[in-house]
Order: sequence, then C-alpha cells, then structure tokens
Amino acid sequence: MVRSYFARRLGYMVLCLFVVATMVFFMFRMIPGNPIGALMDPSLDAEAVKTLEQRFGLNEPLPTQYVLYLKNLVQGDFGTSFFYRKPAIEVLADKVLNTIILAVVALVLAYAVGILAGVWMAWRRGSKGETVLILLSLFFRSAPVFWVGMLLIMLFSYKLGWFPNGGIRSPGYEASSLWMKYLSLDFLHHLVLPALVYALYYVSTPMLLMRNTITEVLNEDFIEMARAKGVSETGIMYRHAARNALLPVVTSFTISVGLAVGGQVLVEYVFGWPGLGREIVLAAQRYDYPVAQASFIMLAATVMVMNLCADILYGVLDPRISYQ
Amino acid sequence: MNIGQRLALFYRSSLEEPVRIFLKNKMAVAGLVILVLFFLIAFFAPLIATHDPTAMNRLENGRPARLQAPSPTFLFGTTDLGRDVFSQIVMGTRVALLVGFLTALIVTFIGTNIGLISGYYGGWIDNLLMRFVDILYSIPFIPFVIVLVSLLRPSLWNIILAIALLTWRSVTRIVRSQVLSLVQRPYVKAARVAGASDFRIIFVHIAPNVLPLAFLEMAFMIGWAIIAESSVSFIGFGDPSVTSWGQILHASFLSGAVRTAWWWVIPPGMAIVILVTSVFMITTGLEDVNNPRLRRR
Repeated sequence: MVRSYFARRLGYMVLCLFVVATMVFFMFRMIPGNPIGALMDPSLDAEAVKTLEQRFGLNEPLPTQYVLYLKNLVQGDFGTSFFYRKPAIEVLADKVLNTIILAVVALVLAYAVGILAGVWMAWRRGSKGETVLILLSLFFRSAPVFWVGMLLIMLFSYKLGWFPNGGIRSPGYEASSLWMKYLSLDFLHHLVLPALVYALYYVSTPMLLMRNTITEVLNEDFIEMARAKGVSETGIMYRHAARNALLPVVTSFTISVGLAVGGQVLVEYVFGWPGLGREIVLAAQRYDYPVAQASFIMLAATVMVMNLCADILYGVLDPRISYQ
Repeated sequence: MNIGQRLALFYRSSLEEPVRIFLKNKMAVAGLVILVLFFLIAFFAPLIATHDPTAMNRLENGRPARLQAPSPTFLFGTTDLGRDVFSQIVMGTRVALLVGFLTALIVTFIGTNIGLISGYYGGWIDNLLMRFVDILYSIPFIPFVIVLVSLLRPSLWNIILAIALLTWRSVTRIVRSQVLSLVQRPYVKAARVAGASDFRIIFVHIAPNVLPLAFLEMAFMIGWAIIAESSVSFIGFGDPSVTSWGQILHASFLSGAVRTAWWWVIPPGMAIVILVTSVFMITTGLEDVNNPRLRRR
C-alpha cells in the first residue's frame, strides 16, 4: 500500500520534471535573435562551434533538438557553462546541499517561533500585544527579503561587527571532512544572518495560521471540559488547544518547504550564499544560459523532492493519514 | 427601473453588508487610507518630486553632489551619481502601483475564470486543469520570473507577463474549491432545472458569490506583484526606461551603500514595505467579509 503510493508519487514527480524540462526547452529557444547563439559562447572559434552544434543538434529541426535535449538531460548533461568553462552540472553539484541547508534551518526556526507566538496571540486576542505582533508579521511579509538582508548586514556586519557580511566560510578555512564542513562554528556563524532574514519572512505564516485555528479549536467541547477540570489557562492553550490546532500548520509547512527553496534566491544573492538560487541569478546576469537552464531545472527538482519528504513527514506526524 | 435605481438596489442587496463589515475593521480602513495617499503621490508625482530623478545634481561650488546626507535640499540625500533619492522614490510610486494593480487584475481575471470553469464542469476538464496547476506549483516563482525576464527584454510589460504567467495558479485553486461547494447549492440546481445555460449559471449565479474571495486574492496579488517587480529590478533586470524602487536598491547594493549611505538603502525599502503593508492591511478587512468566524468579537 505504502510502497505503491510512493511509486506513484515518484512517477508523478518524473512527469512533473518532464513537463518543466519541456517548458525550459521552449523558454530558452524563444529568445529573440539567434537560438544557436543563445546556447553558445560567442567567443568560441568555428571549430568549437561545430562540435557544440553537433552535440546539441542545433542545426537540426526543433523536434530532433528536443529529443536530443531530453537524452542529454537524462544523462545529466546540461551543456557547458560559458563563464566557468566546465560542465554546468559540475558547477551546480555542490550548490544543492547549501541551498537545502539554508532553507531547512530557516523554516524550522520560523515554524518553532511562529507556532509558539501564534498560540500566545490567540490567547491574548484583541490585546495590544496581538496587534503589535500582527503589524510586525505584516512588516516582514511586506518587506522584500533582499532589503531586510541589506538592513541586517548594515546593522550586524558593519555597525556591530558581530557576523560576517556574506559567504559561507571564512576564506582559507579548510574542512577536515564533509561533516565538519557543515557543523563547524565558522559555518554556523555565516549561516545566522541569512537564516534569520528568511525566517523573519516565513514566521508570519505559522503564526497567523496557528492564531486562527486555535481560535476555532477554543470553541470545542474538550476545551470546556479541560476548563471544568481546572486545568490552568497555560495548560489549556499549550497542551490541549495547540496540539489540536497543529495539523493545518503542518500542512502549510509541507507547502512552504517547496516555496522556500525557490524564494530564497534573493537571500542567497545578497549574502553571497553559494547555492542554486545565487547561481541562477549570476547565470542570468552573465547570460550564461546553460547554467541558468540547469539550475532552474535542478531548483524545480529540489522543490519536488522536498515536497515529497514533507509529505512523508506528514504521514509520520499524523497516523490518520493513509497513503492511497 | 432606471440605472440609478438598479445600482442602488444592487448596492443594498449585495454590497452594503460587505462594506459595513469591511469598515468595521480599523486596520483595513487605515490600509485603505495609506493606499489612497500612495495613489495621490503617484498622480501628482512630477509636482512632488523636487529634482529630476535621473539628473546629476551639483553643490553650490559646482562639484557633483555625491552621497550627500539628507538635508532640506535633498530630503533623502543623494546617490553616488548625485541623483536625488527622494525624487526617485516619488517617481517610483507610479511603477509600483502600475505593476501591482495591472498584474493583479490580469492574474485575478485569468485565475477566476479558469477556477470557475474547472469547478463548474468537473470531470476530466477539472482533472486536467488541476493537474496542470499542480505542475505549475512545482515551478519556483522568483527564479522563473528572473529567467524569463532575462531571456526576453527587461521591460515592465515582460515583468508583468512573467509574473502573470505563473501566479494565476493560486487564484484558480482557491476559486475552484469555492465553486465546487457552490455548484451543490439549491439555487444552482434550480437555475439548471429552469433551463439556464451553463454560461448563465457560471457568470450570473456562481461568479458573484466568488467575487469577495477573488477580491481577497487580488489584494494579495497586488502585494506579491510589487515585491516580485522590485526583486527582478534589484537583480538588474528592471525596465531601463523607468525608475522603480527595486532599481534604486539595485544601484545602492552594487555601490556598497550598506556601508556608506543608509539614506540610499532605508527609504526605498520603506516605501515598498509601507505600500505592500497597506495592501495586506486591506486584506484583513476582506478576510472578515469572506470568513465570518474571523471577525472580532
């Protein structure tokens, strides 16, 4: 039962990827001007152009090109970066993990704080404190993340000098192993600001959702019962009401996970965080189409994989969910 | 009945109650006031701006007024090219409002209609459209807009197009779910029995009931469109023929103003925040209209 569910989910993911890849194919070939020029470095000599043309079938009709494109894609061949002068897939290989780490840390932070604050807001409904929190969450929802990033850099990096203004590791830092690469203090030090910026953006979703569902849950009989038993207000809010209001928040988490990966492009750019998002921006700025194309497809794939993981997590958290 | 009477009747039957609920929400009314102020600024922008936003201003001694701190002459200071930040922001109001409202209008129109069709007809039409929407949901929004705008020529219209191409997904999904329940209502069945055409049922009987929800989604879209435009412009793909808030921040980020000129960083961002917040404040009032349970007790 469970196995067939995942088989279907995986099959569906492959279909999604196929559609996205097709979209990308046509997107990158409707560029005004010469479609061949868009996929190749203008500074290449005639000999190299010929090799590339053959490899991508650029002088073939569009349908043949499309088949070849899919064939290359399945083999992980996204073309050669104009800028780095190496295969696009090599450029991006180590960026995926950086992107996922930043997204997960920021989201977990946002949801932990957001859930607790949301419960408090429902409890103090109509109070001044609630209004302040609503306005604060509106502020960070409305503020472009890149601007909040600039503000934090201004304050914490230049004024106070507490955190580095960007990058992922101090220059010259050599990690002894893969684990040390991501568990060292130096890495965490670099992670704080970008994660904080992104968490501030996301915190309003769980907070407002929690506040609304709790308000509904508070009308239920079991809350009345708890009150009659003499459970303290704190106990009612955090143990009885919050638990039963969590499900919609978890649902929103599974949706946010996907959105977060795509949305952190600008955070990565501002903080020079070497992830897929920053690479897509740089590639677009450099008109490095093979990398732009590859990172877009990989970003979409990351979104899908993380959605799948979130769905699995959802099933673990709520045993009533049956995989069909 | 003449037009005036019809309008009055329409107001009393379908608008009076929502308007009353909306006006009861102080936050929403405050948001509306701020939004109207922004419209006034946009309308009178050339009169309010103190300098030409693209001109290099000079000091009294003839030297270019580079990176001047805020003063009575330059209300929000100047950029590294001696441009007046205040005037740039005032002119940028027009771009933000244009992109926000036009995009939201297009997206809501497309999204609502597809949602109505999908929810009303159901069956394979619904299935096909919703699977397509699902796939659209796996496409990351901002990267999509960046890549598309960089592939096309950077211009306001291409930015609007890129945002609209993807964001109708959420309007469609939300409107459709509402339509699914509306189709089951007795008055829709009655209309069908009475021989009303599909077109008439969709647009006369169902559409008016999803309008409050569509308006709510439209308000959110305004906010997202403004932020999306500023993001694309921030990266450097803004329309070169206009001055937008995102472009101001693009120039200030590249010149390292975070270290040297706070006045070139904070005001343009604040403008975005205040405008988008005002729109989101309005959404709280629209939410009250849509969901009676959320109304303040």
